[in-house]
Amino acid sequence: MTFIDERPEVARMVRLNFTISFGALLVGGLFGMIQALHRTDVFRGFVNSQDYYTVLTGHGVLLALFFTTFFLSGLFTWGVSRSLDEPLPNATATKGWFTLMFSGATIAALTVLGGFVPSMPFKADVLFTFYAPLQAHPLFYVGLAMFLVGSWLSGLDWFRMYRSWNKKNPDKRVPLQTFMALTTMLMWYISTMGVAVEVLFFLLPWSLGIIDTVDPLLTRTLFWFFGHPVVYFWLMPAYFVWYTILPKLSGGRLFSDPLARVVFLLFLILSTPVGYHHQYLDPGIPSGFKFVAMTNTMFLLLPSLLTAFTVVASMEHGARQRGGKGYLGWLRALPWDNPAFSGSALAGLMFAAGGFSGMINAGMNINYLVHNSTWVPGHFHLTVGTATALTFMSISYWLWPQVTGKRLQHRRLAMVQPYVWFVGMTLMSNALHRGGLAGIPRRTAEPQYNNVNFETMVGSVGELRLQIGIGAILLFTSLFMFLLVMTGTWLVDRRGSIAVDGHIPAPLSGPNDSPTILDNFRVWVVLAIVLVIIAYGIPLSSMVIDGPLSPGSPPIVPV
Amino acid sequence: MKIHRFEKAWLAVSLLLIVGFIATVTYGAVGEGIEMIGDEGEEVDPTKLNEHPKFGDPGVEKTGPNEYAVYVVASQFQFTPGSFGNPIRVPTDANVTFYVTTKDVIHGFDVAGTNLNTMAIPGQVAEVTVRFDEPGEYGILCNEYCGSGHHGMEGKLVAVPKSQYEGGDGE
Repeated sequence: MTFIDERPEVARMVRLNFTISFGALLVGGLFGMIQALHRTDVFRGFVNSQDYYTVLTGHGVLLALFFTTFFLSGLFTWGVSRSLDEPLPNATATKGWFTLMFSGATIAALTVLGGFVPSMPFKADVLFTFYAPLQAHPLFYVGLAMFLVGSWLSGLDWFRMYRSWNKKNPDKRVPLQTFMALTTMLMWYISTMGVAVEVLFFLLPWSLGIIDTVDPLLTRTLFWFFGHPVVYFWLMPAYFVWYTILPKLSGGRLFSDPLARVVFLLFLILSTPVGYHHQYLDPGIPSGFKFVAMTNTMFLLLPSLLTAFTVVASMEHGARQRGGKGYLGWLRALPWDNPAFSGSALAGLMFAAGGFSGMINAGMNINYLVHNSTWVPGHFHLTVGTATALTFMSISYWLWPQVTGKRLQHRRLAMVQPYVWFVGMTLMSNALHRGGLAGIPRRTAEPQYNNVNFETMVGSVGELRLQIGIGAILLFTSLFMFLLVMTGTWLVDRRGSIAVDGHIPAPLSGPNDSPTILDNFRVWVVLAIVLVIIAYGIPLSSMVIDGPLSPGSPPIVPV
Repeated sequence: MKIHRFEKAWLAVSLLLIVGFIATVTYGAVGEGIEMIGDEGEEVDPTKLNEHPKFGDPGVEKTGPNEYAVYVVASQFQFTPGSFGNPIRVPTDANVTFYVTTKDVIHGFDVAGTNLNTMAIPGQVAEVTVRFDEPGEYGILCNEYCGSGHHGMEGKLVAVPKSQYEGGDGE
């Protein structure tokens, strides 16, 4: 039986969340292409250089916050309900958090788009990071706050489903998909405290004129308290797919359930006390605490390295089940023509490359060279821009039929789509990395400066720009192909079999091979909070003790 | 807990890699003396920089034998000194400490292609000491979005051979 027939009300929520996510993907992706063409001087006819920053804000907010979070909500709603075999705890509550998230996202997005219309009083040309004292319209902060609270409540749904299941199955291990969703949300609750305090106690009252000044270093620090864990909030649903679905698509089953649990717990513990690695070059933060954040960051490599092992081992197991032979020959036996598989696997491959450039970012001293250069967007377009985005798109080829009950349409288009993304991102990301080494800054509308002559070690800056431009066009093409497949599938009538098998086989090494303490969330939350206090306690309190609003900055609204 | 022997080997190699990374960063900090920007700098009132003894009239000054201080104020959309035909002039082969702050929003102070790169945050003073081994002209960029004119915020730094160096900016 298909998921939509088993749980129609859950399938409906998944569809709603995915639809909003895909809408954000379309607009945010279009903005990405406009931006890439503009700043490389390949084509500058869409916007002028002032409006470039409105486009950049829209690209960041729509993709990094809305595309990712709505997809996560849909995916986890499906995964928790499926793995526990539980209905939604309360349909009204579910509609409530969805409506709150959707209204918040709409309000925030409209204030961003207001930047294009000179007569619009609502503007938010403050980028995805909204650093004070640049100030957006109060509605931008209101929208963000509503969105955030909605995402908290979505997690509450999954905890309630877990509690109801736990009453019926007191002695069973938490199913892996639910375990992953819950640990992700626990991490989210801890880390979003930073941005919640920033927005509700400082930026919102400041934008309403209730307080005159804010301390830019304090609000920026609160942002990064949330700003690094948020990247794991993007990534953990991709890991969820790689661990629980990809092995099956490869033709086998997950290699190790216990290790998957350890990996998610490591993310819960280590994601937050690392935020200072985004502030290595900030004055006002003791360098000793930057060192602590650096070591935590390096240890945060561990769960990703473990994932690389488990995912590849599971794929190899699947390939051998399909008749694959040899040391590397098994790779040929994988279903490369199934886009749900190929996209997730290529996303994993690109994530490995992104992991290595991330290790360089994390190296405190070398960060002087790459900080705020195009190296950084080069890095995160491999992580959130591919590991997350491509995994989300490709797993939709498998999941969308199950929640719509319709057979996937335009299969040829779907089959090539992940490869187009892979080629486009290879061009764009490598050029951005190399441009960063040549000293080209990120977040700027102009390709050239009067006083600086960017020089590359090999090739030329012109060649890099062309690669970025072509890459961006390919990426948008790929994204558009994906949306055509989704829309086409949605529009056909339900008829016959969906040709997708939603069954997920048990892992080779099951949960009973691991100690039950892994499932004791309380222990890990306490440990996570202790680490946060060690990393943040002293520097944050020293910023607050001298007056939470001082040294104070009055608002500056970008024009 | 059951862990496959290949997994154990991978785990060991991963931990070795991580410890190795931490060791190289530590060596860079301790062995090579690459210090991170920290909290040495004072706090200032960004709205009253004009009254500040140094940032009120920013520029280069000699602070000791072969030691110089450079005070820079970033603002929308310029560096003072640095922008608009007023380059920062410093000698080569001397210890030059930069003190960078901003009177409005967050900016970046990035001497392109070098590792002289810091954030300028309202209320904080970034303090960083460097040596220029080679004479030459360097471009300065703002590398943090600071408003609609951000892409025009740039400046110039000239490293003058020590023997020919006379004084601060504009001399």
